[in-house]
Amino acid sequence: MTTWQPVIGLEIHVQLKTRTKMFCSCAAGFGGGENMQTCPVCLGFPGALPVPNRQAIEWTIRLGLALGCDIAPRAVFARKNYFYPDLPKGYQVSQYDLPSCVDGRLVVPSADGDREISIVRAHLEEDAAKTTHVGGRTGRIGGAEHSLVDFNRGGTPLVEIVTGPDVHSAEEARRFLQLLRQTIVELGISDAAMEKGTLRVDANVSVRPEGSTELRTRCELKNMNSFRFVAQGIDAEVARQVAVYEAGGEVVQQTYDFDAGSGALTARRSKEEADDYRYFPEPDLVPVEPPAELVERLRAELPELPAARIRRLEAQLDLDRATVLVTGGLDRLYEETVAAGADRVDAANLIANRLAGRDGAAVDARELARLVQARDRIPRAALDEALAQVTEPGFSADPYLAQEAVSDTAELGPLVDRLLEANPGQVAAYRGGKEGLLGFFVGQVMKETDGKANARVVSELVREKLSAGT
Amino acid sequence: MAITREEVLHVAKLARLDLTDEEVERLTVELGAILEAVGKVAELDLSDVPPTSHPLSLVNAWRDDEPRPSLPPEDVFANAPQREGDLFRVPPTT
Amino acid sequence: MTAALDTLRLTAEEALGLVERREVTPRELHDAYLDAIVAHDGELNCYLRTIPYDDDAAPAGIPIALKDVISTKGVETTAGSRILEGYVPVFDATVAERCRAAGLSVLGKTNTDEFAMGSSTENSAYGPSRNPWDPGRVPGGSGGGSAAAVAAGLAPWALGSDTGGSIKQPAALCGNVGLRPTYGTVSRYGVVAFASSLDQIGPVARNVRDCALLYRIIAGRDPCDSTTVELPEPVRLPEREDLRGLRVGVPRELNEAEGIEPGVAEAVARAVDVARELGAEVGECELPLSVDYGLACYYLIAPAEASSNLARYDGVRYGARIAGGRYAEMVERTRDAGFGDEPKRRIMLGTYALSAGYYDAFYGQAQKVRTVIAREHAAAFERFDVLVSPTSPTVAFRLGERAANPLAMYLSDLLTIPSCMAGLPGLNVPCGLSGGLPVGLQLVGPQFAENTLFETGHALERALGFDPVPERLR
Ligand SMILES: [Mg+2]
Ligand SMILES: [Zn+2]
Repeated sequence: MTTWQPVIGLEIHVQLKTRTKMFCSCAAGFGGGENMQTCPVCLGFPGALPVPNRQAIEWTIRLGLALGCDIAPRAVFARKNYFYPDLPKGYQVSQYDLPSCVDGRLVVPSADGDREISIVRAHLEEDAAKTTHVGGRTGRIGGAEHSLVDFNRGGTPLVEIVTGPDVHSAEEARRFLQLLRQTIVELGISDAAMEKGTLRVDANVSVRPEGSTELRTRCELKNMNSFRFVAQGIDAEVARQVAVYEAGGEVVQQTYDFDAGSGALTARRSKEEADDYRYFPEPDLVPVEPPAELVERLRAELPELPAARIRRLEAQLDLDRATVLVTGGLDRLYEETVAAGADRVDAANLIANRLAGRDGAAVDARELARLVQARDRIPRAALDEALAQVTEPGFSADPYLAQEAVSDTAELGPLVDRLLEANPGQVAAYRGGKEGLLGFFVGQVMKETDGKANARVVSELVREKLSAGT
Repeated sequence: MAITREEVLHVAKLARLDLTDEEVERLTVELGAILEAVGKVAELDLSDVPPTSHPLSLVNAWRDDEPRPSLPPEDVFANAPQREGDLFRVPPTT
Repeated sequence: MTAALDTLRLTAEEALGLVERREVTPRELHDAYLDAIVAHDGELNCYLRTIPYDDDAAPAGIPIALKDVISTKGVETTAGSRILEGYVPVFDATVAERCRAAGLSVLGKTNTDEFAMGSSTENSAYGPSRNPWDPGRVPGGSGGGSAAAVAAGLAPWALGSDTGGSIKQPAALCGNVGLRPTYGTVSRYGVVAFASSLDQIGPVARNVRDCALLYRIIAGRDPCDSTTVELPEPVRLPEREDLRGLRVGVPRELNEAEGIEPGVAEAVARAVDVARELGAEVGECELPLSVDYGLACYYLIAPAEASSNLARYDGVRYGARIAGGRYAEMVERTRDAGFGDEPKRRIMLGTYALSAGYYDAFYGQAQKVRTVIAREHAAAFERFDVLVSPTSPTVAFRLGERAANPLAMYLSDLLTIPSCMAGLPGLNVPCGLSGGLPVGLQLVGPQFAENTLFETGHALERALGFDPVPERLR
């Protein structure tokens, strides 16, 4: 019975956060009313011509350098011709056979050593507008089926990053994307937020018998708007393909949309005629030949990248904590907190577990260090309250540190005894080996004391009483 | 260098032209003749000649990332065949 | 005072003088031309629409006519196509803006083959223009409206657009001076695109000095068109009346191509003799492949770019829309109803040339031929300052004569196309009559050699003494 290896390539579209669009001076980004960020160029009026945005070109090179790409001495914009209401000119301007960045790699530190994911290319292109389908099934009275187009997003600069088929699990895809996202954010070129659509991921998935190097028919997954959904989608597609092969069938090339609700994949209706985009060099634009000085300046300006920092922290902490801290943008806070006197592991745990998704830059590391040191001594309620406030300007740990947790066993002992009597079943289970129940008992005590008890003291007390009984 | 009726229909599809049968017939003949004539470029062996996509060898014509005012709504929709609120309305795409 | 204005003979330079000396107001001048249009345009159909003098703008200068591919804010701009019927631009093309900034008042929009695709204006969706020298004949195209208007005194000067000969060839057939400038010296912003790597805007005038004056107004880099450049030297108004020190090349293939009428060849030969008499040293040269393969190269590259440039006419944001069905059907019906035969032919040809499996053999190969053509011309300009030939193989032909046969029509541009492919400037100067119809002399120079072309054209013009007023109107 074969074991199957997933073979996954990723296509990532990143919306650059330039002030203006790729080829016109309309403000880019959200905010303007429908079609209020448009002009003759991005509406494709007759005679309007594109002029490239210098910032978008420099940021594309900046990203390419961060991904270890070769920067093309000559990149050329081409026209990708097809008709759709969100494409005002009847073609999309995109780098095609001569992209700005080629042949790079992103090294993803992982449990089984460094995993190198190759970057085939990163090229610059313009985004399409937004089309919404209304009427018909949504059943607005008298509302005939039709589509509505808002051209505000049309013409926003996008960098498309294409990886090689080097990713071999949903988890690996997630780790790669997290690291890539953090890298992009730290380069300051995009907010790379999937929920906002400023980062979009398509996955090309195939499977092959473990050990073989063949590339079998692949299917494309679209519309997965979170890293979790990307992982879910890949797992679902891998399972589907394996089932097909094991049933003696063949996988047919297809594009699937991922439905977040059901977690299911639905095949797209294939177009009547095969795509033929008739690419040719965009004659309204001239080639991009970045001067060496420019490329060197951009290279010199690169910050220390997340992958390097993960490896650095990995020496002090385990990989997972290091990864969570770095990809969460919290590693600088961690290092400052340790520098301020906090224990490495305690600081890492507290920051990784309790401050995920918060703005580390807003935290005063000295105050946080004091909380870390006192976290067992003060009531849990006080710690929770303190962590909720810690990003506030001028935060001080003093009022929270003033509160003492109850550590007096004389006071806690009776409380624990009452609890054990009240829960004979759990007591028996614990003694039967379900040691995980320790947390349950401690939790009960904390509830009884509304978080004022010293958790460490309580758990010691509970453990000794439970073992004593036997 | 003839072109078949099927090729004409395929190209018309790509070009989004809803040609009448009469047009398809005529274009099949006319395009055949024109392709015959222009096909002569293939006679030349130019394997070592670089292509020219621009008469001038300009590079790096860029603009600074400075926003300028967009069009007022009345201009955006001045020529719109069908408008709904501040959106362009088109027949259903699906 | 207006009555005294002879628009048929008045040059733009003279008109400017009248205005400067306050002998006539800009409005009187504008109205005088509008009167002439009322009197004669019924027969010639040069104008798709005229524009009354604008008091608010109060232009300080003289009038001008603009080919209808040039966007004019608030004034319908159709490019001679049904698909743009009723389309009113909300912005001015850069060249229109520069004309207004120079104080020129826009008289109206002149007729053109649909999307500038043609050599006779018979492809205009709004009826053909006619040649002032013989209304039974075409004025050439695509800029036949502008050329006929200037020849008939319905405008002191005009702007046209040239992709493969649309300024030079009509100027030749109507007996006036037309310049196709070096690619990139005049902005294309706001000009309805035909083939982006070939399209150029240029002046049509009664004489070479007017042509230079107008070129001076419109030329120069435009930040809105990334393919434009600054002029290496300012435009000079030609003064010299001799050609001493000028090296004139006569490319054999351009002067002996089959299809060149004897009358045309004779007039051109006479002009070359005159050049010699004026002190130029004249020699023969070759452009072996440029003429043989130029037409084929052009009819692959121009339609390919056009097929993409015309994709924006989809009935979504502007222009005509034929409703019905879903989006795809709406677009297909709109385009089939909105485009005439010639645009459809070229869209089909270009789409085919770019489509999978054919790109290398057609578009890719044509781009290489383009390199060859540029190299051949560069070689010729190592020995010569100017290359001369007929502009059009024939004088003005009869309406309908070539309309039925696309290939025959395409041959009208046989001699203008090669230099266009290389982005070179070309000037048409009338050099005589054949059978009572004007013959055009084509002067081609290296890139940015407009001043040389003006000086050469000016000296020849003086020596040849061609009367640009059509005999039947004298
Ligand atoms: Mg893309
Ligand atoms: Zn815009």
